[in-house]
Amino acid sequence: MPLFEDTPAEHAFRLALRKFIAKEFTPYREEWDRNRAVPREAWLKLGRQGYLCPYLPKEYGGSNLNFRYVVIMLQELTAGDAMCIGVTNHNDNSTRYIYHHGTEELKRRLLPKCITGEAVACFAMTEPGAGSDAAAITTKAVRHGDHYILNGSKCFITNGMFADIMIVMCRVESPDVDPKKNYSLLCVEGESIKHIRRHQFEKIGRHGQDTAEIFFENCPVPVGNLLGREGEGFKCTMQALGRERLELCIKAQVYADECLKEALAYAKVREAFGKPIGNFEHIAFELAEMATEVEIGNTFLHACVEEFIRGEDITKRVSMAKAWIPEMCNRVAYKAVQIFGGYGYMAEYRIARLYQDVRAMPIFGGTTEIMNLVIARQLGFKPIF
Amino acid sequence: MAQLDIKVLIKQVPNTAEVKIDPHTGTLMREGMESIINPDDLHAIEAALRLRDAHGGKVTAISMGPPQAVDVLREALGMGADECFLLTDRAFAGADTLATSYTLGKCIQRLGRFDLVIAGHQAIDGDTAQIGPQVAEFLDVPQVIRAITLEIKDNELLAERTAEECTEVVKCPLPALVTVTKEANDPRYLFIPLLMAAFEAEAPVKVWGSKDIGADEASTGLKGSPTKVQRTFTPSHKKKIEKLTGAPADMARTLVDRLRERRVL
Repeated sequence: MPLFEDTPAEHAFRLALRKFIAKEFTPYREEWDRNRAVPREAWLKLGRQGYLCPYLPKEYGGSNLNFRYVVIMLQELTAGDAMCIGVTNHNDNSTRYIYHHGTEELKRRLLPKCITGEAVACFAMTEPGAGSDAAAITTKAVRHGDHYILNGSKCFITNGMFADIMIVMCRVESPDVDPKKNYSLLCVEGESIKHIRRHQFEKIGRHGQDTAEIFFENCPVPVGNLLGREGEGFKCTMQALGRERLELCIKAQVYADECLKEALAYAKVREAFGKPIGNFEHIAFELAEMATEVEIGNTFLHACVEEFIRGEDITKRVSMAKAWIPEMCNRVAYKAVQIFGGYGYMAEYRIARLYQDVRAMPIFGGTTEIMNLVIARQLGFKPIF
Repeated sequence: MAQLDIKVLIKQVPNTAEVKIDPHTGTLMREGMESIINPDDLHAIEAALRLRDAHGGKVTAISMGPPQAVDVLREALGMGADECFLLTDRAFAGADTLATSYTLGKCIQRLGRFDLVIAGHQAIDGDTAQIGPQVAEFLDVPQVIRAITLEIKDNELLAERTAEECTEVVKCPLPALVTVTKEANDPRYLFIPLLMAAFEAEAPVKVWGSKDIGADEASTGLKGSPTKVQRTFTPSHKKKIEKLTGAPADMARTLVDRLRERRVL
């Protein structure tokens, strides 16, 4: 189900990417899941075809592609079962901090490697004691001469295990910054990476995707690797948050659509008591409701995408989308598994993997509960919690 | 030797892998059917790009078709072709393979010197495999058909070509025309910066009509096509089912008899 009608160039891009994913990623998904890792070669292949950081201006080696291409990449990677490669995090989140807030020297040095896939980037904000309550982060950077010394830990970091570049939210201890507002972003890379330890999480789904816990132990980071200014960390992330949530909704919407497609196809061929199960009223009505929910999600998401492209403030509506679409996606996935019966619980079936994968959608990028908090505030309330 | 000048002939075709037949009329359901670059032609482009990359030079993709055939030329640019020509004109409409070969040949002549013309062996819509050989005849150059390897050495073409039950190694002087099959190579993916550039206003895609190539309109399109289609139809495949009964050994004997009657055995 298209979110918008592609222009000829967008259509050509979509078909080229679809073909690439179908040959290079989809067949390997199970192997990568088993290995709990995507090989670097997959990143290099993406880089060779120009799919890494295509938003960057041509002067940095990018293709200067707009947000509609981001949507296409999210849709095709999700539909092609290729979300285990954290390319959208690399493209649309982590590397953008370098591009928007890094020094020219940092951009010239790091972005070309991010385009080829030689360097993979991650964004590290969440901590064991600071998830929804992002202000509670304790990772600390203290300035010593021309370096910051970083200490602390981060968790649930996509691409964290194999990342060469880490954008780390921390608190800078500096006489120039109010200790209550000292959140800052540091770009940890090169020699600094040698001073960290990492541990890969075992998850209930998305096994191929690298999700790590990271420990910084007296990790020196050159002062030139500060992104933005000291104390501007949250300002930088707040600008990116609406966009990140919109992107998560796009993925969730595709997941919902894929679950529906699986269920529809199965209900037409699986027979019980002498007829296809889709012809039993209960199943037919379940499918009717699933299809309706998917359509509603698509329509609302389309409106949000259009508003975002027009540059409007989408805070309230994208929070509504993030609160509703991932939950809807889970409802659809649950019902789809139910329609598959016992086969739906077998890992070799795509629907079983989709069911596992979608569970994280209402959690990351801001939980449904936090989204409702944002919406309530936008409505003029001050919920007590 | 001087830098190679290679022309590649490509065609936009309906994606016959996705073709649906109207069960009532027996005709092709064209609505919503996707158009693609003819699969063999992807191998032709790849072969041309590899030779250019090895020896230096220029790859020019040429296609005859309606204005929307520009899509396949953009794909050629996305793979790495240097420039493209779309031959589109009302006078070219309704062409059979002879008129198409004439039109493509005139364009190649108009572009001047060339070392090699590479085409896909056959198109998945018409399946004639006639364009390559006919263009070679028109240009009066040697032709190597169904090539699977290509090499250029000392201004000569060395190629392996598949024949009925063997592979031949042939050598011929340049300029020449080659058609390639899917065994020739593994076509590269599109390179996004090049593909995106192919959609920009300054993309090297030129659109030429009948006058641009100096064509005699009596030789193009329907007028230049000696092929006359009498009728098109979907052949009917009548199925006859005979159910065998009796003891297994008897059924097996009857089955063997039936297969012999039909010359299957």
